[in-house]
Amino acid sequence: MDALTLARMQFAANITFHILFPTISIGMGWLLLFLRWRWLKAGRSGEPLRAQGWLDAYRFWTKVFALTFALGVVSGITMSFQFGTNWPGFMEKVGNIAGPLLGYEVLTAFFLEAGFLGVMLFGHGKVGERLHLLSTFLVAFGTTLSAFWILALNSWMQTPAGHEIVNGEFQVRSWLEVVFNPSFLYRFTHMLLASALTCAFLLVGLSAWQILRGVGQRSAPKVLRVGLTLAALAIPVQIVVGDMHGLNTLKHQPAKIAAIEGVWDTERGAPLLLFAIPDAQQRKNHFEIGVPKGASLILTHQVDGEIQGMNDFPGAHPPPLPLFFAFRIMLGMGVLMLATSWLGWWLYRRAQWQPAHLPRALLWLFAGMTFSGWIATVAGWYVTEVGRQPFIVYGLLRTADVASAQPSSMIGLTLVLYVTLYLALIVAYVSVLKYMAEKPEEALEPGMAVLPPTPAGTTPTAVQGSAA
Amino acid sequence: MNWMDFDTALPVVFMALMGISMLVYVVSDGYDLGVGMLMHRASDAEKDVMVASIGPFWDANETWLVLGVGILLVAFPKAHGLVLGELYLPVALMLIGLTLRGVAFDFRVKAKDTHKRTWDRLFFAGSTLAAVSQGWMLGRYVSGFGSGWNYPLFAAAIALALPMAYVLMGAAWLIMKTEGPLQERAVAWARTAWAPMVGGMLLISMATPWVSATVRGRWFVLPEFIALMAIPLMAGVALVAVRGLLHSRVVRGPLCWLPFVLLIVVFVLGFLGLAYSIYPYVVIDQLTIWQAASRPAALKVILIGVCISVPAIIGYTVFSYWVFRGKTNELKYA
Ligand code: HDD
Ligand code: HEM
Ligand code: HEM
Repeated sequence: MDALTLARMQFAANITFHILFPTISIGMGWLLLFLRWRWLKAGRSGEPLRAQGWLDAYRFWTKVFALTFALGVVSGITMSFQFGTNWPGFMEKVGNIAGPLLGYEVLTAFFLEAGFLGVMLFGHGKVGERLHLLSTFLVAFGTTLSAFWILALNSWMQTPAGHEIVNGEFQVRSWLEVVFNPSFLYRFTHMLLASALTCAFLLVGLSAWQILRGVGQRSAPKVLRVGLTLAALAIPVQIVVGDMHGLNTLKHQPAKIAAIEGVWDTERGAPLLLFAIPDAQQRKNHFEIGVPKGASLILTHQVDGEIQGMNDFPGAHPPPLPLFFAFRIMLGMGVLMLATSWLGWWLYRRAQWQPAHLPRALLWLFAGMTFSGWIATVAGWYVTEVGRQPFIVYGLLRTADVASAQPSSMIGLTLVLYVTLYLALIVAYVSVLKYMAEKPEEALEPGMAVLPPTPAGTTPTAVQGSAA
Repeated sequence: MNWMDFDTALPVVFMALMGISMLVYVVSDGYDLGVGMLMHRASDAEKDVMVASIGPFWDANETWLVLGVGILLVAFPKAHGLVLGELYLPVALMLIGLTLRGVAFDFRVKAKDTHKRTWDRLFFAGSTLAAVSQGWMLGRYVSGFGSGWNYPLFAAAIALALPMAYVLMGAAWLIMKTEGPLQERAVAWARTAWAPMVGGMLLISMATPWVSATVRGRWFVLPEFIALMAIPLMAGVALVAVRGLLHSRVVRGPLCWLPFVLLIVVFVLGFLGLAYSIYPYVVIDQLTIWQAASRPAALKVILIGVCISVPAIIGYTVFSYWVFRGKTNELKYA
């Protein structure tokens, strides 16, 4: 394989692994704040039992958060090297725009998170309740802010604006236009909602699993309710925002939409393809199954609206096959999420929030959806990023022109190392989550207040409570 | 060069910031990597204390690496491509090492007890891999990525010496943060690591002028030479003082923090020496600061962010060390 393909695969592997964890940590920060608040509230109104349930939930999910955050940090460090190692030409040409945006991400956001994380995770009892809440807030705010900057950059690469090109080098004309480029607000909202949904289904899935296993009785029913409610609220908004996002993309990146819809020739009243195998060699689709005029209706809101086809963009349209499927996977997940969360919420309410009265099949469905957010998010990103090809900055700079000159053997070797590591870590992450969910009391019960006279951590119970 | 000119001075400001980030990184992640490399020598109970002693800090420590590389990326894009291209493999290995240890840190207390040993081993292995790769990178970098038989040999020597320096830092950290038998063992570890660390420093100081005529020219001219001698002399005094402290009783008592602080001084002096050697290059003999820098317009935008956030960063770093001051006790989520 040539060096360019390998470099792309490597970048894709790294960013895919990375995004899994920010997606959880962005939303989870805010959820922890919520759980903490519920605990305070229940405590103040003199309901120790309920308060204990919220506290259990808070403690358990803090551990999940810490684990996730750690993976986000280490994979993020890898990301900060990836631009230079894989796309040296990118920073040379676009550095004046990408540099400050990436710089702001690191400066304002990471430090906010990394600095207060220690206090948030371990500082309880060492600092006051207020300061602790503030730290939690700052961590949540920091993750969101870093998403803001990095998405500003990514959106600018999709729909560049506010720049001028002088001697082949990009320069900023207006920062406001660069940051708030035409696709930014759609993308940012869509990503935050994606994060909320990923967290919601993680809450739902793991607590359903706990209920199935008969553990965590004080907290799991509460968390299940929080997760279901959040999911049920967020998913319709996500679908609407996603639709608007798609319309915006049609306006700015018609070639991407043509590939998503599998449209080769520009046509009026294009069908909505439910299934097809787009073939870039023969420039046609095999095995089409479609709803007549559906695509035109969705995209132009007219039955015979015109959709431009890929043949209008010779040599400058993305490969249709991965886009076509990735998009349908994301959509499928969205629909599944809608069905599960609404049905689940309604049944759970009818059961008066008593999980014992829920059908076990439903709990199994919840558990099966634990990582559905990941699937939708990654599929969405593949649509976005593969859909930008062959450009790195849409319409202006080609990926092939900025690639590094490393020999392909070197890139191949490191790619194999990274992928092996990542697969192992994903397996480890999921199995540790499962293990933690099954044994929450080990995480919660130990006599944590008592410090042994010998160095900490010498008693088996204390070990569980110690360290990140 | 006209120093009154802000645009000309800007790249130098960023160079200084990047250097300082890298220095803070080496010192702060140095001690926690060092603790990681000492893990396999400790008992299970001691391991927990050791991990707890770095628990609240390691994340923020590694962030300095992100800042340093971030500044290299955004302020000196040409150098970023050149340096990371030259160091492609060691960078990847370092990242894999950092990843392994970062996750092992968290997994070891959350996984099944039977898996804890495996994670501990990975924690050790990851720390060592990261430290050795960094040593190799440092060796290649300060010798200007030269080719010839002597250059890889030099890099290999540094690849062994830097981890030793980290181990010494780690041991000094443990002397400061722990008590009882573990502290006693940390003193012994520190004694073992002392000699290789000193050897490594000597090697770098002698080899850099040897491999680069530019560096030779900057140091061995009078009268600068006399003034410059202060740097190695002070470092030498500090190192001897550390050695003396390790053999005294006060280090277990009120002066337990002193070896750690003295070692920081040694690192700072070493950094100053290196900075003097390399300036005004980003890559010795190949690329100067000004050739590598982004445009002033972009640098100014970043500078605003820097002026706001760096003081904040320093503020809460101090705050966080203050909150977790004193001897390590059990860490718990609450
Ligand atoms: C929408 C969210 C999002 C996206 C698309 C990215 N990141 Fe990220 N990143 C985060 C959101 C985030 C985060 C939630 O803020 C993390 C997770 C854990 C953390 O420390 O911050 C993070 C961590 C993180 C770290 C570690 C920070 C630390 O040490 O605390 C680095 C260096 C990066 N990222 C760099 C990148 C780069 C270069 C990306 C682009 C290609 C990127 N991230 C995509
Ligand atoms: C928001 C921050 C992001 C930025 C700034 C960004 C930037 C980039 C860059 C520079 C490339 C390489 C050049 C290219 O192939 O066009 C790329 C490719 C890619 N990215 Fe992203 N990316 C981001 C987020 C993501 C996420 C979260 C994912 C996946 C989950 C992702 C998936 C991919 C894939 C699959 C490619 C390879 C596309 C191909 O080469 O065909 N990206 N992105
Ligand atoms: C069913 C309704 C949905 C629709 C119509 C929709 C639509 C879209 C479209 C058109 C894109 C591509 C934007 C581009 O051209 O760059 C996209 C990207 C994306 N989608 Fe969705 N989406 C839906 C559901 C979801 C769900 C449920 C999630 C996650 C939980 C999700 C996560 C993402 C992410 C992370 C991206 C890439 C980031 C971005 O560019 O915004 N989407 N979505």
